[in-house]
Amino acid sequence: MRFKFLMAAAIGGFALSFAGAGAANAYTVFVTNEKDNTISVIDGTTLEVVKTIKVGQRPRGIVLSKDNKWIIVCTSDDNIIQVYDAKTYEFVKTISSGPDPELLILHPDGKTLYVANEDDNLVTIVDIEKGTVISDVPVGVEPEGMGLSPDGKVLVNTSETTNMAHFIDTTTHKTFDNVLVDSRPRVAMFNTAGTQLWVSSEIGGTVTVINPADRKIIGKVAFEIQGVAKEAIQPVGIRISNDGKTAFVALGPANRVAVVNTATLKVEKYILVGQRVWQMYFSPDDKFLFTTNGASNDVTVIDVTNLKAIKSIKTGRYPWGVVISPN
Amino acid sequence: MLNVSWAPAGLGWQAILTLALGVSLVCGQASPVAAQDNAPQPAEAAPNAKATESAAATDAKPAAPEVSAPAKDALVIPILLIKEKRDKNQPLSLLDIAPADDGIAGAKLAIADNNTTGKFLNQSFKLDVAEGSIDDLIKEATAKLATGTGFIIADVEPQSLLKVADALAGKDAVLFNVGSADDSVREENCRANVVHISPTRTMLADAIGQYLVWKKWINWFLIVGPNPEDKAYADAIKRTAKRFGAKIVEEREFKYEVGSRRSDGGFEQIQQQIPTFTQGAKEHDIVMVADEGQLFSDYIPYRTWSPRPVAGTAGLTATSWHPALELWGGTQFQNRFRRLNNRVMRPLDYDAWLAVRAIGEAVNRRNSGKFADLNQYIHSPEFEIAAFKGVKTTLRAWNGQLRQPLIVTTPKLLVSISPQQGFLHQFSELDTLGIDKPETKCKAYAH
Repeated sequence: MRFKFLMAAAIGGFALSFAGAGAANAYTVFVTNEKDNTISVIDGTTLEVVKTIKVGQRPRGIVLSKDNKWIIVCTSDDNIIQVYDAKTYEFVKTISSGPDPELLILHPDGKTLYVANEDDNLVTIVDIEKGTVISDVPVGVEPEGMGLSPDGKVLVNTSETTNMAHFIDTTTHKTFDNVLVDSRPRVAMFNTAGTQLWVSSEIGGTVTVINPADRKIIGKVAFEIQGVAKEAIQPVGIRISNDGKTAFVALGPANRVAVVNTATLKVEKYILVGQRVWQMYFSPDDKFLFTTNGASNDVTVIDVTNLKAIKSIKTGRYPWGVVISPN
Repeated sequence: MLNVSWAPAGLGWQAILTLALGVSLVCGQASPVAAQDNAPQPAEAAPNAKATESAAATDAKPAAPEVSAPAKDALVIPILLIKEKRDKNQPLSLLDIAPADDGIAGAKLAIADNNTTGKFLNQSFKLDVAEGSIDDLIKEATAKLATGTGFIIADVEPQSLLKVADALAGKDAVLFNVGSADDSVREENCRANVVHISPTRTMLADAIGQYLVWKKWINWFLIVGPNPEDKAYADAIKRTAKRFGAKIVEEREFKYEVGSRRSDGGFEQIQQQIPTFTQGAKEHDIVMVADEGQLFSDYIPYRTWSPRPVAGTAGLTATSWHPALELWGGTQFQNRFRRLNNRVMRPLDYDAWLAVRAIGEAVNRRNSGKFADLNQYIHSPEFEIAAFKGVKTTLRAWNGQLRQPLIVTTPKLLVSISPQQGFLHQFSELDTLGIDKPETKCKAYAH
């Protein structure tokens, strides 16, 4: 099946540049609310919701365009990707995605978008400017997590029922290696140096760290929290600090974010956050980490220096994805 | 019948099916996997299977990029599904009548899923289906075993399960029970060469019971059918009441003679009979009904003397799967099933899917075709399956029973998932459902 592109008529205008770089810390946090069909806009300075944008049905995965002008969001129940202006919050256009788009990632070239197409066991590669499907890459059952190497040469997709990390060459669009990991891999994340790939296994309860050079498993991160049932420890979101030293792993219904030393692969701290924590994003200065807590309808702000939760911000219902614009 | 009897009496199965067809038309495609050579083999005795297969092949997406098919030296794992022909009465509701490929369709999906993964590992899975009397099935299983098929999915009656297990005892064969909820085949009559995927009566009763206790509806009026299976389920309900602090305030046997499933008219008499039958019961919060064949229990809701909800085998039921379940990524799983089989997924399909996935998981992890290796892995503590239940499903080491959360549901929609919060356990909260290690009577499993 080739996807037809439904370009909205009102494209004109978005290309006009918006003046003003803003103050140093004036970044903006966008959070998709899966149940409310909205995006909460949080001001990075005041840490308050300043706007709620009405979007399509069941918004989940969210990214920004390379120039930070567009919010690109998977509206899963509309079976489409929607684009909104990151400044005016006006609707820009839709991009066809195949059914039930959930997670996506943008290539450093700024125009190639990779979408996990869960229903078809495919990763769909889309040109966001031309609005055309470039290619489909067959992967395992229920593709989900998407990670790109910092140089953009390797895309890693995880398949939830096949339990693999599929390594895809972004030039040839072919899988060149597949690594078996623990049950239900959800997220794949490279470190900035491109020397480690972290893959979270939600049901397996572990994170597998892979060497992208030879695809050998470096080690596995295991979690244990006193007073929390083993089954409730379900790693999903992963973020690695810019210096590559610390990884943050969101543990789902364990309601905690694990702080992991990337050299020893040992957990150094568990930070208590809201309920069913899934996705996370760093502030542009790396000083804060924002987590989406689906079951408690809020976002927790973690002070990365002191490893402490400093604030929770009420969002819409079932906050799911999060992305931060430096503007 | 046992397993099928747990299928929620679904209003809306037909509606869902229509919707599913619509969706598949819009999508206009089958999973690429279905078109592969190593897609599930059609059953000899199931002409429908053949039709589904060719339909899938024709609809396959032509533009989909090719995944290289397994090389000639691929590891091929044959799996046999045996389905006993039973002579039983059909359930009351047209919506509950099991399709001919009940269970088989789930196994086929798991073969397709296993093969999608297998392509990356040079592993291939194939399914053979045998249907017939238990004696024929034993012959078939023995013949297939001689050619290297050691993994057998069994949708058979409890006594038949023991018969086939004994016939294959000591050989390189393991049975996956998907057809029976009977506790005795896991307990005093347990066999070392059987893994039990379908939930037991005690697990199902505990799943409902925990929810009712959480709801504080603890006074139960129990209505029991005349069949031995009904009595066994009633015993499980009584055990649940005792464990969780509920009370059977009254028990009545519903005696009836099964007539034809349909007749022109009938409701007039039932409308009179059920209120009379339930009249004068001691004060209760809920009516618990035990009728595994679904031959009368769907007559109970809305016809009781007192206005009380109904649970057990009608009204609020417990099950391993529901066609409307969408939690934990279940949507794509349901979609894949519909696309392959053109109908909704029933509990027996889910159980058979899980059994075939368990075999696939062992082959993926061990990358071996040796029966002893794989059987050892399945029985090891490492073994786990992600089965769209939010937590891993694993096997109980003391009797080979699959540990899993169960769905507590109305015919149309999920109400809750058991175990309920607050039902604690020393090792796994999932072991608050059904017979636990200290109570087990199973000796065949080493523990």
